[in-house]
Amino acid sequence: MQNNAKNFFSKLGLDTRLLGMIGALVVLWIVFDVITGGRFLTPRNLFNLSVQTASVAVMATGMVFVIVTRNIDLSVGSMLGFIGMVVAALQVQVLPDMLGLGNPMIWIIGVLAAISLGAMLGAFQGWIIGYLTVPAFIVTLGGFLVYRGAMWWVTEGQTQAPLDATFRLLGGGAEGTLGVTLSWAFGVISAVAAVALMLMSRRRKAGHGFTVKPIWAEGILMGLAAGLILCFVWVMNSYPIAKGAMKRIAKADGIELTEGMVWYHGVAIPVVILLVVTVGMTIVASRTRFGRYVYATGGNPEAAELSGINTRLLTVKIFALMGALTGIASIIASARLNAVDVGLGTLDELRVIAAAVIGGTALSGGFGTIYGAVIGALIMQSLQSGMASVGVDAPLQSIVVGIVLVFAVWIDIVYRRRTGQ
Amino acid sequence: MDKQTPLVEMKNMGISFGGVHAVDDVSVDLYPGEVVGLLGHNGAGKSTLIKMLSGAYQGTGDIYVNGEKVEIHNPRDARKHNIETIYQTLALADNLDAAANLFLGRELMTPAGTLDDDAMEAETRKIMGRLNPNFQKFSSPVSALSGGQRQSVAIARAVYFNARILIMDEPTAALGPQETQMVAELIQQLKAEGIGIFLIDHDVHAVLELCDRASVMKNGKLVGTVNIPDVTDDDLLSMIILGKKPGEKAAG
Ligand SMILES: Nc1ncnc2c1ncn2[C@@H]1O[C@H](COP(=O)(O)OP(=O)(O)O)[C@@H](O)[C@H]1O
Ligand SMILES: [Mg+2]
Repeated sequence: MQNNAKNFFSKLGLDTRLLGMIGALVVLWIVFDVITGGRFLTPRNLFNLSVQTASVAVMATGMVFVIVTRNIDLSVGSMLGFIGMVVAALQVQVLPDMLGLGNPMIWIIGVLAAISLGAMLGAFQGWIIGYLTVPAFIVTLGGFLVYRGAMWWVTEGQTQAPLDATFRLLGGGAEGTLGVTLSWAFGVISAVAAVALMLMSRRRKAGHGFTVKPIWAEGILMGLAAGLILCFVWVMNSYPIAKGAMKRIAKADGIELTEGMVWYHGVAIPVVILLVVTVGMTIVASRTRFGRYVYATGGNPEAAELSGINTRLLTVKIFALMGALTGIASIIASARLNAVDVGLGTLDELRVIAAAVIGGTALSGGFGTIYGAVIGALIMQSLQSGMASVGVDAPLQSIVVGIVLVFAVWIDIVYRRRTGQ
Repeated sequence: MDKQTPLVEMKNMGISFGGVHAVDDVSVDLYPGEVVGLLGHNGAGKSTLIKMLSGAYQGTGDIYVNGEKVEIHNPRDARKHNIETIYQTLALADNLDAAANLFLGRELMTPAGTLDDDAMEAETRKIMGRLNPNFQKFSSPVSALSGGQRQSVAIARAVYFNARILIMDEPTAALGPQETQMVAELIQQLKAEGIGIFLIDHDVHAVLELCDRASVMKNGKLVGTVNIPDVTDDDLLSMIILGKKPGEKAAG
């Protein structure tokens, strides 16, 4: 029986680590759902969970490359705060005077400013690490302090709010979703694309005469992928928008509200951003030279150099990418709160590192997947939201998260030893 | 052979690490279709000397390829001159599979500009089929391979890209007798194709069997270069151990 199951999963070609993480997530969800008497696995809670995970998960995908190359970035939380403050001040104090309140250019400038500021700060840190050979731990520890301090100077510590109305959509909320119809379209297109990619890869492999999975296994995987995507969309599309928000939206759009009318959220925009980032980073990791060099350098820096890879420049690029992703995360985090205070992003560096590590990224370098980091972020957030909804005190939450982190890495080490990685 | 231009000439090469002269005023050369052995104790400076040719280290001295002076500042420069190296440490990224290692730094790309892993695997299967027909672990990271299999991946990488100048730093260190024999046959075959080979080997007998000439190093200095047909194993051993060149032999 056990052997049959093993055989089945090995035919499917899913790696056991992925199955383990998904298993842990499912167990966590069921436990919280049982304890809260069914309040955890509701469309409302899952929607909030997806939005809360987005910012950390976006950064975690970049942290994978950082850690894979045996570096660390302790500055992302502070950098997120600093970028958030600069972009918020831009939206609140500078751009409205120049362009007029609510000008559609404001959110575009805000987004571009956040991403490019992040990329520049990251590239500068990467340059110090790669070319001046100061350890990443020290450089980003310095950055951690510098950005948090600089954030204060931007506005003398004043909270910046409210943000531009369009910019705010990037943080989710009742307005910041795709809505029901677009969500379905998004889901169907994603599902079709996933199936098409799997078919193409299979055809290519067979064309080279390599052995491919049995067709039934491929079919099950395609069904699973498409089913999961559509199921997610369905859940998001079942979360009704609260009456107050409906009135607000109806007023803004000039729609007449009638009695008994119900609107639903659909997939939140930050989640769409996260999915795009995840797919993009997965392609970078597995299909580009840059990604290949990241893993090669992590596996054996000397071998990478002897193969002609410019590992110093690579370090600059990796940290620039990490910075750009921190910029995106900063957009999501500030837009969600519709305000930036000096505490924005506090402790996020630890959440991001924990997400990457729980997701199977090895601190010794060379191993780590993008999807793993995203699932890691989801596990972390589920744990925290779940404990909050069960009514666990904040101090105890920290203790639990800390223990889970160490435990997860220990499991990972045992797993690696067993599989000889 | 004297009339030909050497494939490679390294003149007055030198490099120090923190005051230690790892290589001190060493000159060696290599002709097409020739195998030159580099001999010497551990720490004599053999690996360091050839690393200056492969672009891993920058030292002093001049390098000529086909009679023309070249600048080799990094491994890419060396590869441009068709210099391929099998490093003593193998220089494999343990977390990547054989194909990724073989093509590292020279990946095959699809027209869309993405990695063509399938084509790289197909090519790897071809070359491994020639060098090590028993090799089957194409989708495992090379950390899962035996010492001999890893070595054959490193050899395949050097051979695949049409080297004109091949540097082999102790290529048989991790190999059993049968695989060692296969490497010996490979060397003969590459030599017949007109490739020049620097062979670093611990085993004096392997050098006597495979090489045309041998350069012996001791404490970073060149003891001398001899024609293999003119020397016995005792001659070579005394060069290695005592640093003395057999009086009656002329350098090649
Ligand atoms: N990167 C380095 N840094 C410091 N010393 C080195 C380095 N590379 C080689 N050496 C030193 O140079 C000398 C020659 O080493 P090597 O070329 O590896 O010898 P061989 O290959 O002949 O055994 C040794 O003393 C070694 O310690
Ligand atoms: Mg050596």
